Amino acid sequence: MNKPIDHVQASRRFIADEDHIRFHDKRLWSMRELRDKQAHGIPEWEELRALASQIKEHTLSHLADYLEEFERNAKANGVIVHWAADAAEHNRIVHEILSARGVDLLVKSKSMLTEECDMRPYLEERGIEVVETDLGERIQQFDNEPPSHIVVPPIHKLARDVAEVFADHIGTDRNNADPHYLAESMRQDTRPSFIRAGAGMTGCNFAVAETGTVTVCTNEGNADLSANVPPLHIASIGIEKLVPRMSDLGVFIRLLSRSALGSPITQYTSHFRRPREGGELHYILVDNGRSARLAMEDFWYSLKCIRCGACMNTCPVYRRSGGLSYGGVYAGPIGAIINPTFDLKKYSALPFASTLNGSCSNVCPVKINIHEQIYKWRQIVAEHGYLSFSKKQAMRFAGKLLGDPKRYRAWIGGAPRLLAKLPRAFIYNPLNAWGKQREMPVAPKQSFREWYAENRKKENDK
Amino acid sequence: MNSRVSSKDGILAALRANAPAAVALPDVPLFDNSPLEALPQFIATFERMGGKWAGAVADIEAEIRTRFPAAKVICSAVSEVAGTRRVEEVSDPRTLEDVDVGVVRAAFGVAETGSLFLSEAEYRVNALGYLPQHLVVLLDTEDITPNLHRAYQRREFHAARYAVLMSGPSATADIEGVLIRGAQGVRSLTVIAARKP
Repeated sequence: MNKPIDHVQASRRFIADEDHIRFHDKRLWSMRELRDKQAHGIPEWEELRALASQIKEHTLSHLADYLEEFERNAKANGVIVHWAADAAEHNRIVHEILSARGVDLLVKSKSMLTEECDMRPYLEERGIEVVETDLGERIQQFDNEPPSHIVVPPIHKLARDVAEVFADHIGTDRNNADPHYLAESMRQDTRPSFIRAGAGMTGCNFAVAETGTVTVCTNEGNADLSANVPPLHIASIGIEKLVPRMSDLGVFIRLLSRSALGSPITQYTSHFRRPREGGELHYILVDNGRSARLAMEDFWYSLKCIRCGACMNTCPVYRRSGGLSYGGVYAGPIGAIINPTFDLKKYSALPFASTLNGSCSNVCPVKINIHEQIYKWRQIVAEHGYLSFSKKQAMRFAGKLLGDPKRYRAWIGGAPRLLAKLPRAFIYNPLNAWGKQREMPVAPKQSFREWYAENRKKENDK
Repeated sequence: MNSRVSSKDGILAALRANAPAAVALPDVPLFDNSPLEALPQFIATFERMGGKWAGAVADIEAEIRTRFPAAKVICSAVSEVAGTRRVEEVSDPRTLEDVDVGVVRAAFGVAETGSLFLSEAEYRVNALGYLPQHLVVLLDTEDITPNLHRAYQRREFHAARYAVLMSGPSATADIEGVLIRGAQGVRSLTVIAARKP
C-alpha cells in the first residue's frame, strides 16, 4: 500500500496505446481552450480570481470560527451535524446513520472526499449497496478504478472501453460503442435505484457559514435526484469548503464551471439549507489531514482548491501520462502537491511529474501557486533522501557541470555538433527519457555565448 | 457520542493552533455594468446550455400538448396548466417516476448564466424538476436578474430550504466528450414566457 508510486513506470502503460493518448491529450486541451474563451469573455475575470483567492485565504485563516458559525446555523435549520477527524471516522458515521435506519441501498453523486475516504468498500463490506449515479463515476466503479480526472472521471477511456465495461456489468451489446446508446443504457439501469434507495449522498462544492447552506454543482441532475427522492440526504463536506457569505458564491460559481469545462455554469447549481418537509438532512464535516496541512507554511495554499481540474487540463505531463499513473486520489498538478501531504514517501515521485512551466498556476481560478509548490516539494523530497538513483546521479553530474563555467562551456560548445552527428538509435532509445514520444529540437549551430562574443567583437571593431 | 464531541474539539483546536496570519475579507462588487439587455442575454445563454426557448404562446396547455404529443402523464405545479396530475396531490416524490412532463414556474431568471431559480416554494415536491422525462418552466421575462452577484442578493435564496439554479437539461460528456442531453435528470428543458398571474 505504501510502496512509492513510480509515475514514469505507471504512465508507460498508458502511453503505449496511441489511440488513447492522442484522444486524451486532444480532449483535455479542448477543455482548456473552452475555458480560455469563457475567461476572455468576462472583463472582470482576473478581478474574480483575485477575489476568490482572498476570500479563501481569509476563510482559511479564520476557519475554526467559520466552522462554528456554519454548524450553529445548520443546526438552527434542523440539519444534524457530525464531525469526523479522519476517513475512518467519516465512514463509521455514514454507516451508523444508514444502519440505524435500515438503509441497504445508497445512491450518491460524485464526491472526491468519499474517494479520499475509500467509503464504498467500507459500506459494501457491511452489506450496504452503493450506486454511483454520475455516469463517469459509475463507469469507474464498475471497472474498479479510481477517477482519473476530478471532473471527468473516465477521461482516459475510449467509448469502446466503456462498451466493454457495460457489457460485463449491465449486459449491453459489447460491439456497440455509441456514446448515446451507452449513456441511455446507464440511465435505464440506474434510475430505478433512486426509487429504491433509502438514502442519497452528495459531496459539497461550497459551504456557506452565514446560512449553513451546502452548494453542489453538477451537470447530470444526479445530485438533485439523490438528495430529493430518498427521505434521507447525507452531505460529506471537507472542512476547507467553507466560504463566509452567500455573496461569495457569486464569485466562485462564476469561476468554477468556466474553469472546469468552459461552460458559464453547471446545468444544476443546487443549494441545500434545511431538510425538506418530512425528510432528514445530515452534514459530515471531515478533516482528514486538512488541519495539519494548514500548519505547513509553504503548502497550506493548496487548501484553497475548488476542484475544477483546470490545472490538469492544461498540464502537458498530465495530458500525456493519464490520471491513474499518479497513483493517488488526486492526479495532475494539484495531486502532485496534495498527495505528498498524506504520504511523502509514497508520493515522492509526483512533484517530478512536471515541467515547471507554470501553466497550472496561470489557469487556477483561486490563484494557487501550484508550480512553485511543486518545486518546493522537490526540495523536501531530496532532503528526505527519496530521490531515485538515476535522478541523484543526473543531479550530481549536472551540479558539477553547472557549477564549473569551464567545463560547462566545453560541454555546450560540443553538444550541438555531437547531437547532430549522433545516429538516431543513440537518441531515440529506451535509456534516454527525453527521446520518448518526441523529436529532439534541432540544436543551433552556435551557442549564445559564441554569438555574443563574435558580435560584440564586431561592435568593438567599428 | 463522546468521540464526536472530541473530534470537533480536536479539529477546531488544531485549526486555531495552525491558522496562518489573518487575511482580510474583501467586499464583492456587483459587476452589474453589463451593456447587454437581460432578456436576449438570457435566451442566448440558456440555448447554449441546451435549453429550448418557446417564447410567449397563446395557449400554454395546448403548446405543451403540441410539443409532447406522446405524453401520458403531465404533472403541473402551475395554475395556467391543468395537466393530468396536480403536484398538490403528490405526497411521495417517488410516485413522480411515471411523469412524462413536469410543469413549474421559476421565481426568476439570471441573464448571465441562462439560469432559472426554483425551490420548494415553486416545486412543492422538489423531485418534479428531475424525475419526469421532460420539464417545462414558465418564466416572467420582466423578472430576470442580470448576473449571479445580483441573484445571490435575492430574498428567495435566504427563504428556501432547497434552491437550484437550473441552466439546461440534464447533460453529460463523460464518454469521449460526446455531449448527451438526458443523463439522469430531464431529457429536455423548455421555457415558456408567461407573466406572473
